[in-house]
Amino acid sequence: MSTARVVIRSAFAVLSAACAAVAAAAPLAQRDLGNGMKVLVKEDHRSPVVVSMVWYRAGSMDEVSGTTGVAHMLEHMMFKGTAKVPAGEFSRIVARAGGRENAFTSRDYTAYYQQLHKSKLPVAFELEADRMANLSLSAEEFSKELKVVMEERRMRTDDEPHSQLHEQMMATIYTVHPYRTPVVGWMNDLRNMRVEDARAWYGQWYAPNNATLVVAGDVQPDEVFAAAEKFFGPVPSRPLPQRRPQVEPEQKGIKRITVKAPAELPYLIMAYHAPALRDVEKDWEPYALFVLSNILDGGEAARLNRELVRKSRVAVSANASYDLINRGPSLFFLDAIPAQGRTVADAEAALREQIRILVENGVSADELQRVKAQATAAQVYARDSVYYQAMRIGMLQTVGLPPDSVDVQLRKMQEVTAEQVQEVARKYLVDDGLTVGVLDPQPLPGGKRPRTGPEDTSRDQR
Amino acid sequence: MTSASRRLLAAIAAAACLIPALACATLPIEHWRTAAGARVLFVQTHDLPMLDVAVDFPAGASRDVPDKSGAASLTLSLMRGGAGGLGEDEISEKLGDVGAELSSRFDMDRAGYGLRTLSSGRERVQALSVLATVLQQPDFPQEVFAREQQRTLASLREAETRPEVLADREFRRLVYGSHPYSMRGAGEVETVEKLGRDDIVAYYHGHYFADDAVVSIIGDLSRDEAADIAEQLTSRLARRTQPLQGLPAPVPLQSARLSRIAHPATQAHILIGQPGMSRLDPDYFPLFLGNYVLGGGGFASRLNEEIRQKRGYAYSAYSFFMPLAVAGVFQIAVQTKREQSEEALKVAQDTLERFVADGPTQQELEAAKQNIVGGFALRTDSNRKILDYLATIGFYGLPLTYLDDFPARIEQVTLDEVRQAWRRRIHPDRMATVVVAGGAPATDAR
Repeated sequence: MSTARVVIRSAFAVLSAACAAVAAAAPLAQRDLGNGMKVLVKEDHRSPVVVSMVWYRAGSMDEVSGTTGVAHMLEHMMFKGTAKVPAGEFSRIVARAGGRENAFTSRDYTAYYQQLHKSKLPVAFELEADRMANLSLSAEEFSKELKVVMEERRMRTDDEPHSQLHEQMMATIYTVHPYRTPVVGWMNDLRNMRVEDARAWYGQWYAPNNATLVVAGDVQPDEVFAAAEKFFGPVPSRPLPQRRPQVEPEQKGIKRITVKAPAELPYLIMAYHAPALRDVEKDWEPYALFVLSNILDGGEAARLNRELVRKSRVAVSANASYDLINRGPSLFFLDAIPAQGRTVADAEAALREQIRILVENGVSADELQRVKAQATAAQVYARDSVYYQAMRIGMLQTVGLPPDSVDVQLRKMQEVTAEQVQEVARKYLVDDGLTVGVLDPQPLPGGKRPRTGPEDTSRDQR
Repeated sequence: MTSASRRLLAAIAAAACLIPALACATLPIEHWRTAAGARVLFVQTHDLPMLDVAVDFPAGASRDVPDKSGAASLTLSLMRGGAGGLGEDEISEKLGDVGAELSSRFDMDRAGYGLRTLSSGRERVQALSVLATVLQQPDFPQEVFAREQQRTLASLREAETRPEVLADREFRRLVYGSHPYSMRGAGEVETVEKLGRDDIVAYYHGHYFADDAVVSIIGDLSRDEAADIAEQLTSRLARRTQPLQGLPAPVPLQSARLSRIAHPATQAHILIGQPGMSRLDPDYFPLFLGNYVLGGGGFASRLNEEIRQKRGYAYSAYSFFMPLAVAGVFQIAVQTKREQSEEALKVAQDTLERFVADGPTQQELEAAKQNIVGGFALRTDSNRKILDYLATIGFYGLPLTYLDDFPARIEQVTLDEVRQAWRRRIHPDRMATVVVAGGAPATDAR
C-alpha cells in the first residue's frame, strides 16, 4: 500500500514511451460490462501466472482542501474488511492462494493488484468485487490505520530531505491545480481526518463506471470477460461527481524556494511547465519533450552525465525527467547535486548552459538515433514483465488515453525530428515558467558524526 | 512502487531471492564449463527477441580488507570507466546505440555485470563485445578513478547523515565484529579517502579469475551461440594460481548488545538481529518457512499483525534472512515515530521471543506452505528473475534440480522441524539491537 509519487513518475516516463511493436504481441482485448466497468485483457502465455488490477479514476487530484490524503487513506482502508471478509482477511486469503498483492495511489488514480497462479484468478475477482461495493469502514479500524499512514508520511517525506523539497516544489509550482498537494496528504489534514471523510470518498468514486479491470498473463480473454461479468457485473453503477477542470493560470515569472533539512549535500531542482499527452496521433510536442529528456538523461551516454558529471565535474549527479502520461499538466524537471567545492548556483548555471546549447545548436543525428534505439529496445524489454504490461495498460486507460496505443506512441516518438526537439526546448525551457528549489543542508545536532557505543558490558571479543 | 514499499519488497525479496523458484518443473538448465574453467548456466527461450547475461565473481564487499573497505565496489564501477582502449563515453555510446543496458551487480559475496540486449545480430554482437572488454580489459584511467573516488566520498558523507545508514552500520558492527560481513559495500569515508588507483588495479587482478566466473545466460539463442558467448566473455581472464579462500564462519553472539544513536529524525529506526544462515545451511528450509510466519509473509506475518495492524505503530515492520556464502544476517526492522520507539521495540522483542519459544501454529505453517508452493510460478515468470536464479545456483554450487525440488522440500518441512531449528539457531536473549533516533526529540531537533 503505497503512494506513487516522485519515483513512479520518472519510471513511467521511460516506460510509457518505451513502446515498441515487436514480434507478434497479442492484441489487447477490450469489453465494457453493462454497469460501465471496462475490462482489458492482455494475453501473455510465457508463464502460468496472471496479474489482476482494478484501477479507479480517483487520485489526490480529485481531493479538496482540508482532506488531502483521503484517496490514499481509503486505499489503506480497502484492506480493512467488508461484511463477508473481516479486516486483514483479504491479504490472508490472497496469501493462501499463493498470491502477492498490494495497492498504490497517485495524483491521478488508485489501483489494487494481485499476482497469482492463473488458476486462482477468480479468488482475486471475488475479493475485488466485494470491496468495490461492501467496504465496512469502521471507525476503530480507521483510527488505527490513520496512525499507519502518518508513519508512512514520516518515513517517505518528513525524514527525507529530497522528498521535502519536492513536496514544497509542487506546492509552489501550482497555485490552483490540485497537483499542488502531496498524495499522502498534509500532516495537519491527516491529524484531522475522520472516518466520514473516507466514507464520502468511497461513496463518490468507488463505482464500476469509474473503474477499469486489467488482466494480463496466461489467460483467454473470453474466460476473463465471463468471470468479470459474473463477479463485477452485479455491482450497480452510480452517477459520479462533477470533475472541475481547475486550470492552472499561466506562470508569469520565475519562482524560487529554499528548504532547510539535515543533510550533507545541497540539492537543486528546476521545474518547467510542459504539456502532457492528450491525443496520441495528433500531438507531437510531448514526444519531442520525451526525446529531449532522454538526450539530456537517457543513460550514461546522455548529455548531463557526460558534461556535468564527467567532463566539467560541477555535479556528482545530474538528471532530467519528463512524464507525458498525466491527467493534469506536466512538468519538465532538471536536478543536480553539486560536487564538493561547487555551489547550487554553479549547478544551476551549468544546467542553464546545457539548455542554451540545446536551443542554439540543437541535437546531433547520433544522439537522436541513440534515444530512438533505446526506446525501441526498452519496449521489447518491457514485455519481460507481465506486471508492467498490465501497469501501462491500466495507466493509459485511466488517464484517458487509448490503452492499446503503446505502438502508436513508439511510432510517433520515432518520427520526432532534431528540429522539433530544438523547438520544444526553446518554447518550454524558459524562465517565465520556471520554479527553482534548493535544499539547504543543515548539520546534524552535535556534529556530523553521531556516535555512541554499546550500552551493555558484555565481555565477548567484539 | 515508491521507495518505502520497495524497501519492504526488497527485504522480502532478499529473503526470497535465494529461494529458487520452480522453473516450471521443466525449466531446462544447461550447464558446462568454458575452456578457461568458468561455470556456465544457460536457459534457451525464444518468446522475446532479447537476451540477458550475467557474469559474477567472488569479489563482493566481503573480499575487501578492512583498511581498504570500498575497493571492491569502486573496482567494479570503474571497470566500465575505460577498457580495451575505449573511453567511458565510447563505452556508453556503443551500448546506447544498440539499446543495450549494462548494470553492475554487487553484494557481500558477489561482484559482476549484467547485460540486457536485443538478440538481433548487430545489437547482440556490439553489446557483448563491450561487455567482454569491460570484464577482461579494464584500463582504470587515473582521471576517472580520481573523479569516482570523489563522487563515492560525497555519497558516503551524505549517507552518514541518514538514520537508516547509521543504523545499518552499527548493526553490522554489533553482529559481525571484525568478520568481513561487518563491512559496508561502498566502504567508509576514512578508507575510501586513502585508496589509490594501484589499490583498484590490484583488487581487479586479485579477484577476477576465469576459474571463479559464473556466466548466466537466458534468452533467444542456441546452445552453440551461448557457448561462443561464454568463451568470448571469459577466455581472456587470468587463471588462478592459488585456490580461492573461503570466508570464516561468523561467531555467534555471546550476549545481548544494544546501541542507541541520537538523530533528529521524526522516526526511530529499530534493528534487531544476529548472524542468520548460509546459502547451503542444513536448516535453510525450516528457518525460511518460519520466517514467512514471523515477518517475511507481508501482511500475513506476525510482526506486521502485532506492530502495524493491531497497534498502528509502523508502516514498515518485517524480518528476513540474507543467506550468503556463510551466515548472512537475520534481521527484524521497524520504523516508528520516535516517541513510541520503546513500545515498538518491546512488541518486536516479545513477538520474536514468543515465536522462538512456541513456533508457528499448524495453521500458520500450512498457510505459509500454501503461499510459497502455490505462488511458486511467480518466482520464475520473467527472464530477469530466472537469470538471478541461474546466477545463484551457479555461484553457490546448488544442484541444477534445485528449482524443481524446491516445492517438495517446502512441503516436507514439519512443524517440529521449524520449532527446533528456530530454538537451536535464533536466540532472543542474545540479539544485537540498534535504535537510531529513539525517545523524545532532542531539544535542538526540529
